[in-house]
Order: sequence, then structure tokens, then C-alpha cells
Amino acid sequence: MALEKQSRAAFWVTVLPPTLWIAVFFLIPLGIVWAYSFGHNEGLTGVAITGTFDNYIRAFDPLYLQIFGKSIAVAGLTTLLCLIIGFPVALAIVFANEKMRPLLLLLVMLPFWTNLLIRTYALIAVLRTEGFANWTLAWFWNQGSTLAALVGLQPFPAYQPLELLYNNFAVVVGLVYVHLPFMVLPLYAALDRLDKSLMEASLDLGAGHLRTLFSIVVPLALPGIVSGVIITFVPALGAYLTPDLLGGTDSQMIANVIERQFKRANDWPFGAALSFLLMYATFAAIALRAYLTRGQPADGHGI
Amino acid sequence: MTDDFAKLLRSRSSRRSVLQGLGVAAIGLTFTPDRSSRAYAAEEKKLNFYNWDTYIGETTLDDFKKAAGIDVNMSLFATNDELFAKLRAGNPGFDVIVPGSEFVERMIQADLLMPLDHAKIPNIKNVAPEFISDAPYDPGRKYSLPYTWLVIGIGYRKSKVKGTPDSWKILFESDEHKGKLSVMSDASELYRHVVKYLGHSINGLTPELIKQAEDILKKQKPNIKAFHEDNGQDLLLSGEVDVVMEYNGDIAQIMSEDDDIAFVVPKEGAMKQSDTLAIPKGAPHPENAHAFINFILDANTGAEIYKTIKFPSPNAAATALMEDSYKTNPVIFPPADLVAKCEYPRYAGEEITRLLDESLTRLRAD
Repeated sequence: MALEKQSRAAFWVTVLPPTLWIAVFFLIPLGIVWAYSFGHNEGLTGVAITGTFDNYIRAFDPLYLQIFGKSIAVAGLTTLLCLIIGFPVALAIVFANEKMRPLLLLLVMLPFWTNLLIRTYALIAVLRTEGFANWTLAWFWNQGSTLAALVGLQPFPAYQPLELLYNNFAVVVGLVYVHLPFMVLPLYAALDRLDKSLMEASLDLGAGHLRTLFSIVVPLALPGIVSGVIITFVPALGAYLTPDLLGGTDSQMIANVIERQFKRANDWPFGAALSFLLMYATFAAIALRAYLTRGQPADGHGI
Repeated sequence: MTDDFAKLLRSRSSRRSVLQGLGVAAIGLTFTPDRSSRAYAAEEKKLNFYNWDTYIGETTLDDFKKAAGIDVNMSLFATNDELFAKLRAGNPGFDVIVPGSEFVERMIQADLLMPLDHAKIPNIKNVAPEFISDAPYDPGRKYSLPYTWLVIGIGYRKSKVKGTPDSWKILFESDEHKGKLSVMSDASELYRHVVKYLGHSINGLTPELIKQAEDILKKQKPNIKAFHEDNGQDLLLSGEVDVVMEYNGDIAQIMSEDDDIAFVVPKEGAMKQSDTLAIPKGAPHPENAHAFINFILDANTGAEIYKTIKFPSPNAAATALMEDSYKTNPVIFPPADLVAKCEYPRYAGEEITRLLDESLTRLRAD
């Protein structure tokens, strides 16, 4: 009896603080913003919550739908590139030497120790017209030119620096760079748990490496792949610093529009409506994940 | 992020003082219900200053502590919008803020500023008279006093531009420097200058003019490399662009690093701004705030500040103490006939603000 009481007290002590924390610092603020989305500005500083749907109707203007579409496309491309780059990396870590593994994982996580803003400015220094990328390419170009002259060919024309910064290319490069760890870690977790004897069996029975990869590894790692895709896609969809700093004249994403509503445009209700449309899209993505991974055997292969 | 962290630190260290402040307020209410000097005399020796980054003299805050015994706790904001958004939901405890002139007007309308008691700021006499008389955003200087002033113009790389680009045309309607142009991303600043280029007042924004400006910018967009936030000078310095729309103070700072850079106020005129000192409503230490503003307007303090930040000074007594290299710098103090064509932006109202934002969103969408 006393023991039961004690465990009940322990239960409340462990459950209550995080619940309160989530309620006070997450659910209530989120609820306020949600309520704002059904209101309109009153004067310069007030928001009257009237239950109007005007903000949502305005958000469905083709202008904003187009920006939503573009953001989804950019985030989708980012996720796809992260998957293509991240999968071999995760696989390599899984098959790496036992001693090397923690070091390799640390290398994947290392960028997180630097502020996003600093990493983005570092990318600017790499990509700009007189940056490290163009500097390196110019060096090779000039070496090639000298070589060509030596063997009696025409030297190359002067090196024209590539336009790497302030365009959509730079935005996707920046987003892939920032979000790659989000993809690698869930993939690693899924691949690590994989029963390696299944792969050996596949190879023994005559399937090639590629066939083993696509017929055995990928299906078994699917829950990890779906998790990685969602964990990468959701923050990429809401990215605003990267398009702001690396983007060109047409690289605006939906989060940039939302930011302006809360700052310069001073239209919090409309900003709230746009934010919540983004939230609904996120919920839809999570629902899709649940749908895709439904009926996974509960034997440890699922997540 | 770092800003939030700084705020967290500050709120932790000052919790005790907040309690003290509450106690003081209660005593003040009991014995002196009016806002007389006796209530203020009980003010603790603290001041919360909300300022832009790199916008104060190296020793100014220490000097103030020595002179008045008041500890200044300075935190930083990056844009006027950020300042407005923070104060909009209620003053989180700032005593002195540095809003731009356009936002002074907006904050007065939103009832966010406390009237200044000029009797407590005798150094007001140091301010050049035109900054008292010509302040349409705050007539009679009831709520704000000038800290710096600035003017927007064209910064350019001399070796890449033929002659002096003395018209906004080079940025808004010319493909001569295709891909080597950058303009400001702020809708208000950008559109007002296009309108000015078209021969209208920067304060004459109408829905039709906004549309006209949008068409001009849409046509020019393929020639523009980037819409920059507040780093136009970096784009120019790193060679990313050759012609940039930027504030004179920002270009003056990089001209000392690169001889090839120059600045001009276009012949059509431009926008001038003034950053001001003001006290937000609900300031916990209004008496200290008045003392601080008076201290900043002191000639020697001003000279120390402008020596560091290299922005134009509205403080005539401080300017008189500066070196000639500052006083006669044509970038910091552009020719008077051009400055005469510049206007202060007025707050345009919520409807125009919304139209501007929508137009910018359209402009940047494809």
C-alpha cells in the first residue's frame, strides 16, 4: 500500500513538470497565435479576435499559394538531395570499424556546435564571386591554361567567376548543408539495427550489391528513411535565414513572408494564419508517415 | 538567439532589483501619489538601455556611471521592426530606446512613448536648431531627441562606374551594371526611393504609385543581384556588386578600408532618417532616463560617441569638438543643396504599409 502510494507520487513528480512546461511554454503560446489567426488588427498594437476567416481566405490568394508551392518544392529538393547524400554516409558509418564509429558520428554532429548564422556566413565566404570556391576553380583554370600554352595550344580565355551566391542554387546548397545531419542520424539508427545476416544471405544467394541494397536494405530501413525525410523536410519548409542570406531576388520562401507580417507589415493575424497553414502541412506530413509505416511488424524493425 | 540568451541572463540577475523596484513603487504610492521628484528620488541607480549594435562611444557608459553613479545595462536590437514588436506587447523594462524617426511617429500613434520633460534635459541647447524645428515626425520634440541622422544614397566602386552615378536611374532603370546592383529589401525604403526617382515626395505614396513602382522594379529585377537587409556595404566591399543603395554612415565606415569606394546622394533627392533617444511608456527608471539623455547630449560625450560610430551628428556643440576629417567629410555631411532635397519618411498608415508588403511579396515571388 505504502509502496503504491510512493510510486504514484513518483509518477506525478516525473510527469507533472514536463507537462506543465509544455503547456505553459508551448501549447498556450501556440494557442494564442492560433487565436490571432482568426482576428484582425485593431489600431497599431491591438488584435481583435473575432472568429473571422479573412486571414485564411487571403492566404489562399494565388500569390501566397505560389510561394507555398515554391517552398514545398525547395524543401522537397533539399530532402531528396539529403537522402541521396546521407544514405551512403549512414551506410558507411554502420559498416565502419567499431572504434571509428563514435568519431564519425561526432563529425556528423559537429556542425551543430556552431551557430546557424555563423555557418551561413561561412558559406557566403565560400560561394561569393571572390570566395574560396571561385578562387580554387580559378587556380585550376589558370594551371590548365599554363599547361595548354606549354604544349603549344591556345591558352584559355580569362577565368569568368561562377555566379554561386544570391540565387536558388545557393539556397538549396545552404539548406542541404544545414539539414544533412537530420537525415544521417535517423538513417544510421535504422541501418544500425538491421539484421546483417539478412544481407549476407542475400549476397550468398547470388544477389548483387545493388540488388541487395534495393531489395533488402531499403525496405527494412524504410521507417528510418521516412523519419529522416520528415525530420529534414519540416524544418527545411520553414527555413527563413538561409533564403534571406543566400537567396537572390526571387528566393523568397513562405517563412520570409511570415517574418515580414510580424515585423515590417505589422499584421500579426495574417502572419498567424500563414504560420498555421504551415503547421497543418506539417501535421499532414506526420499523418502520412503514420500511414506509410502502418502495419510495420512490432519486432524491433519499426520505429 | 544570443539576444534571447542575454535577456535570460539579464532577467535572472535583475530579479532582486525588480522586487526592489516594486517595493519602491509601493512606497512612492503611499507617500507621494503624484509623479513628483520625491518619488523619482527613490529610483534605484540602474538604467536599461536598448540600442543598436556598435552605436555608442567606447567609454560612454562607464563615464555615465562615474558621473551619475547609475549602472547602464545595454541590450541590442537589429531593426526598428524588432524594437516595435518587442514594445508592442508591453514594455519589457527598457528605460531609453533609440527608434528611427519613422518609428517615433508610429510609436507616438500607438501610445508607446512617454513625453520628455525638457526641463530635465538642459543640454537640449546643444542640438543644432534645424533638428528641433525640422522634425515633422515629432513636432516640438515632445517625445524624442536626435541621436544621429543619416541619409540614403548610392555607394559605388569608382573603377567600375563611369563618372558619378548621380541619379537613381543607375539602380532602378538601367542595365548598364547588370547583375552588379543591390537594393534594400525593406519595402518602405525601396518603394519610397522609386517614387522619389519618379519625381514625387517620398511621403506621397498612393496605391497607384506603389503599382507604378512595382512595375519599374519588376522590369529591373533581372539586373538586380540581391535585395540586401543592412549589409549593402559588405556586398560592395567584397566586390559582389558595384552599385548599392545604402546609408552614408555605412559607406563611410568601409571607405576607410577601400579607396575605390565612393558615395553620392542622387540629384533627385533621397530619404533622410534620424535615430532618436526616447523613453518608452512603462519605463521603470524615468528619472535616470532623463539624466542619461541629458548626458548623451553633452558636447564632450557626443564627441566621444561620434568619434567611435562615425555617423553624422545632430549635436552642434559636439560636432564643434570633432576633428576636421570628420567635420568636412562629404560622405558623413553631404552637400547642403542635396540634403535640402531629402525628406524624413512619415508613417504612412496601416493600409499603405500592407499594400507595400503585398507588393514586395509579389515582386519577389517569381
